Amino acid sequence: MAIHPYSTVPQRAWHYSYLIFCAIVFFFLVAPLVAVIPLSFTSGAFLIFTPEMLAFDPEGYSLRWYRLLIGDCSDAVVTTVCSDKWVRGAKNSFFIAICATVLATTLGTLAAQAISKPYMPFGKVIMAMMISPLIVPLIITAPAISLWYSELNLTQTYTGLVFAHTVLGIPFVVITVTSTLVGFDQSLMRAAAGLGGGPVYNFFKVQMPLILPGMISGGLFAFITSFDEVVVVLFIGGLEQHTLPKQMWSGIRQEISPTILSAATILVLLSIVLLTTVELLRRRSDRIRGVTGR
Amino acid sequence: MSAEDILVSFQGVQKSYDGEQLVVKDLNLDIAKGEFLTMLGPSGSGKTTCLMMLAGFEPATHGEIYLDGRPINNVPPHKRGIGMVFQNYALFPHMTVAENLAFPLQVRKQMNKAEVAERVQKTLDMVQLGEFGNRRPMQLSGGQQQRVAVARALVFDPELVLMDEPLGALDKQLREQMQYEIKHIHEQLGVTVVYVTHDQSEALTMSTRVAVFNDGVIQQIAAPDVLYEKPDNAFCAQFIGENNTFVGEIMSVKGETCEVKLVDGSVVTSNKIDAASAVGSRTTLSLRPERIEVNPSAKSKYANAFEGTVKELIYLGDHIRTVASVCGNDEFIVKIPNSSEHASLSVGEKVKLGWTVEDCRALDA
Repeated sequence: MAIHPYSTVPQRAWHYSYLIFCAIVFFFLVAPLVAVIPLSFTSGAFLIFTPEMLAFDPEGYSLRWYRLLIGDCSDAVVTTVCSDKWVRGAKNSFFIAICATVLATTLGTLAAQAISKPYMPFGKVIMAMMISPLIVPLIITAPAISLWYSELNLTQTYTGLVFAHTVLGIPFVVITVTSTLVGFDQSLMRAAAGLGGGPVYNFFKVQMPLILPGMISGGLFAFITSFDEVVVVLFIGGLEQHTLPKQMWSGIRQEISPTILSAATILVLLSIVLLTTVELLRRRSDRIRGVTGR
Repeated sequence: MSAEDILVSFQGVQKSYDGEQLVVKDLNLDIAKGEFLTMLGPSGSGKTTCLMMLAGFEPATHGEIYLDGRPINNVPPHKRGIGMVFQNYALFPHMTVAENLAFPLQVRKQMNKAEVAERVQKTLDMVQLGEFGNRRPMQLSGGQQQRVAVARALVFDPELVLMDEPLGALDKQLREQMQYEIKHIHEQLGVTVVYVTHDQSEALTMSTRVAVFNDGVIQQIAAPDVLYEKPDNAFCAQFIGENNTFVGEIMSVKGETCEVKLVDGSVVTSNKIDAASAVGSRTTLSLRPERIEVNPSAKSKYANAFEGTVKELIYLGDHIRTVASVCGNDEFIVKIPNSSEHASLSVGEKVKLGWTVEDCRALDA
């Protein structure tokens, strides 16, 4: 919606109020995140902007909460218990998220292949079941998983958490890969078979490079889902499976410390990096597909 | 053809997609080594289905297909060793032209890197794309992509190459040029080609033999000249080239010829082709527009000579297409070559039109 030379006064007024509205929406979305970042560098012990910080006095800023985050207990802090819980949590989170992502991407891609075949019986029903973890509220899924996994002795194990997070991540992979496969020219697979390649060879040589953007963006969503996930962890995770979100959760409940802001800042940066990757991949796939022209 | 000359043999092959309607009905066809066989027919005639069954992408519902004497119904496509050119080329967009060509060689793992590179270059040179190895398919024009697709189907020296309407997406001029190129490559390499098209001029230009498909059945299989000049039935006469038809009833049969009474009462003497038709049965007469003489001179003795009225004249450069009304047919076409002494006609004029018994073929009704 742009201003044209022939726009009437109400149209112009509407245009500017629209721009202002967008700015306000944007502000409310981003402001809390932006506030978190400087606050995480405070030298004080509380979640407020101290007068020194507002005066841009270097004394008001420090990396002490980041040091605490990585388990460096050299600063004397009374309000917060110094431990390696954050580091352990991060390690656990990365480990579980990476395992769940690999599993979800592999299984989700295979499922999407099957669902995309025109002769797949009950394809729509299977698709609905595959994406149901996305629709069913987590607070229903989590206790169900908990009950079921305790029968299988999978609660309080890494395997159990990885499996549960895989289930939560699969819908993203299925959706992105299915939509990528719609644009995939199946005659390429016939051509590859005609040229002598077996089905597995052709998948890795021909199909996967072309649907890789879909697989990766689905995988990234699966990764973020697992990395952010707290409800299932609270239900089935034991002491061993102490993840980053669980640490943040208990941190907020037990102690109000700027450490949590340091952790949040790092997570914000991580999200930005991941989302940028998705966008770059999307552009690359557009470029490849745009010129094939089918 | 003798048994060892046969490369592909369809024996009693049937195909149905839904289990009720047969797309291909009892196909029996032998294809000789080194032959350029074209499957020609309107869309839905079963020709592409036959090609897909041969390539292994569609299973035959009944019957058996033999490749070099070996039944291949249970051989998956990637083990058949057949080169194929697809309608949309199906080049791998993420690979360069050279990588596309190297694909079938790398799968086979019989050559080292240097040999692969050499073979790829040789094949690219053959299709005049020697300089383009490092480009991606999308950086090439339609005609160039077409050549890459042909090169990729030939690079691993298959005995048999299938082409599924490969020139359909090109403009007319390029299409004609590619027809000659593919024909020359075929002659040069001696490879067997099975080619599917719905374009009859393409079929006539390139083929050793043409199989005309309609309704899941081969209507006629013959060399291009035989097919054009001696069609076996009304469908082939109609589908290939332009054709005048008269419908009538056989009055008498005398050896190879018969006399046919047309709807308007005139009697045409013609060559009797359809064995089944006897005196009293209905028949379709087929007559090529270029085999008709306008105002024949007194010395030429045409068995058939009738008076007609010129209805339309269309100037086409090399010939003049004349539509006349004769013997009850209002769309009777005569092609008058634009030679120095051609008859100059005008619309509404009465003309005499003559043709021989041999050129007029009495086919099935």
